[in-house]
Amino acid sequence: MSGLVHGAQYAVMIVSSLLAVIAIGIWFERKFAGRMQSRLGPTIVGPVGLLQPLADVVKLLQKEDIVPKDADRALFDLAPLLAVLFSLGAAAVVPFSPTAVAADLDIGVLFILAIGALMVIPTFAAGWASNNKFALLGGMRAVAQSVSYAVPLVLVVMVPVILSGSMRVSEIVTFQSEHHWFAVWPIIPGLPAFALFFIAMLAESNRIPFDIPEAESELVAGITTEYTGAKFVLFYMAEYVHTLVGSAVGAALFLGGWDGPFKPGLHWMVLKTLLLFTAVYWVRWTLLRFRSDQLMDLCWKRLVPIAVGLVFLAAAWVQFVPGAR
Amino acid sequence: MTEGLQSARRGAIDPHLSIRHYDADADLMLLHFGPQHPSTHGVFRMDLYLDGEVIVKATPFLGYLHRGVEKLCEKLTYVQQTPVVDKNDYVSPMINEQALNMAFEKLLKLEVPRRARWLRTLLAELQRLASHLLWLGTFTLDLGGALGGGSTLFLHCFRERELILDLFEELTGSRFHYNTHTIGGNRHDLPAGLAAKVEVALAAIAARLGEYEDLSLGHAIFQARTKGVGTLDSDLALELGITGPILRASGVDHDLRRDAPYHAYDELTVNVATEHAGDCFARASVRFAEMRESIRLCRAVLEGLPEGPIAASKAVRLPTAVKIASGQVYVGIEGPRGEIGTFVIAGGDTPTTPYRLKIRAPSMHALAAIPYVMPGATLSDAVAILGSLDPIMGEVDR
Repeated sequence: MSGLVHGAQYAVMIVSSLLAVIAIGIWFERKFAGRMQSRLGPTIVGPVGLLQPLADVVKLLQKEDIVPKDADRALFDLAPLLAVLFSLGAAAVVPFSPTAVAADLDIGVLFILAIGALMVIPTFAAGWASNNKFALLGGMRAVAQSVSYAVPLVLVVMVPVILSGSMRVSEIVTFQSEHHWFAVWPIIPGLPAFALFFIAMLAESNRIPFDIPEAESELVAGITTEYTGAKFVLFYMAEYVHTLVGSAVGAALFLGGWDGPFKPGLHWMVLKTLLLFTAVYWVRWTLLRFRSDQLMDLCWKRLVPIAVGLVFLAAAWVQFVPGAR
Repeated sequence: MTEGLQSARRGAIDPHLSIRHYDADADLMLLHFGPQHPSTHGVFRMDLYLDGEVIVKATPFLGYLHRGVEKLCEKLTYVQQTPVVDKNDYVSPMINEQALNMAFEKLLKLEVPRRARWLRTLLAELQRLASHLLWLGTFTLDLGGALGGGSTLFLHCFRERELILDLFEELTGSRFHYNTHTIGGNRHDLPAGLAAKVEVALAAIAARLGEYEDLSLGHAIFQARTKGVGTLDSDLALELGITGPILRASGVDHDLRRDAPYHAYDELTVNVATEHAGDCFARASVRFAEMRESIRLCRAVLEGLPEGPIAASKAVRLPTAVKIASGQVYVGIEGPRGEIGTFVIAGGDTPTTPYRLKIRAPSMHALAAIPYVMPGATLSDAVAILGSLDPIMGEVDR
């Protein structure tokens, strides 16, 4: 019972702080993109445009809620809710500090992967239920992409699991603080695994160069073409949450989580998560988009073989290097 | 009898313009791509028959931006037509104006002063540079999305294009629809100090072109998206009347600036860039080479700009001042998208209006390639191909 209360308390704390970070994150991305594109970004609403995300939400909530003719109404309404739910889910097992974790499951890594893989359901449901050809094509692409990229993602996440010998995320972080961050040492399965994780995370959260399910230059807005108002806000939020939680998972699994010089703690975890989050934006506002078949090529012909190799290397490291674990 | 007729008809149908040759049982999706689609460069529509994501048949539909410009020109006097054709290819109005006024000058057998011809060369090359910059921006926007890397390059290209529009504004007082060419010369001479500003703008653009090349031509994703996509062979390109960078990318060494010189091009050397692959990447590289060539030509013009009058007579005239009794003429010049032509038959209702005026729009011919290059490509490729054809619907529909 006390576990349930603890979980509920931390769930409220983590969800509310994630949403606050996302509000700032949207402002930051728009400023960041603005500077990259030699413009200013938001400046009008609030001091240095800080209230812009709030204005966006207020604007979107005022919009008429349009449901297309012959849409699958139940699925159409459910999809954005599920998207937010599943994208937030993985945050439950991520330790933000030695104590700040909602549910420190002993199969935490498995939980993250499982709930991440569920994201394909609301995405495809949205594409299917909209009764729109562009949305359907987007949903079709989303399924192919998410299912394919789940494979290298699972494999590279196995690298820290093998190296630390635990599936509990807090134990993986503790192991790193006692030894080295996995992105730093052992450098050979560690750093490439981190790079692959980052790529697969971009693909899983549908970010450029892998944002083909929404691909606005081809599919208008892909799966969200028919969504307006509050439901669109939910999809928009789910995308950010997914990226942010993915960054937090990356920071915990490869960058040592709360560990850091001077004073280990929550601040290091937040800093690392936000740095990864910024890297996602950086990639997003620089690169062009892959074509869907090239995406599959990249996944199955490059990433999967490399990831398999990395898993074997990690196993060999643990087996043959004395004092590796 | 009936059977013979049918087979004869079947033979007559161009396979690219029919889906009958495709398996009738296949479950094709008909996708109306446009006219309100973000990537159709205005109001263009394609009906795409898709098998999964692969295009089986593509039919272009034009006319959503038809304004009746050619008919309007029959009612306007020769002097009044220049500002109307500005709005045709709204990305290169200068060259539209030149193509129109050169036709009238040819009918009148009017000699344009040397300074005016050099000035027109300068304006044409600056306009070509501005137009290609806009093309690069919109093309990467098509490949990379409005919320991604594509828009970064797009806004950077717009920043550089702005430098050129600023120059045009200082010269003519207007950023887009200049109305600076008249029959027999130009309306506005270079103001003091503008030549130096042109040099500054050219230097800024030349310095940044390399960066844009790294972000586009040199980038692995750009290459993956464009190489081998939308291949157009030279025979088909010639048959469809395609000109300009698209034709040169298909391996035909043809450029009116060099092959039928006008303005000051006979006194300058024009290096014509060609590629042989005929795909989107080749079209992009040709346009990049043309931007560099335009910068070089602009500098050469500024160096050799002669002194003298800029119009054969007083530039601002009454609408009815130009009278042409009879005759017909065609003038084609090299625009950023290919041969912009004007065909005029003089002798309308009054001596001051033409009987018929036909504008040859290069984009329209480029769009004719769509039924041939789209089948076999994916939906993502369709956007890349359309972007590489660089259509401007204002001149296609007129």
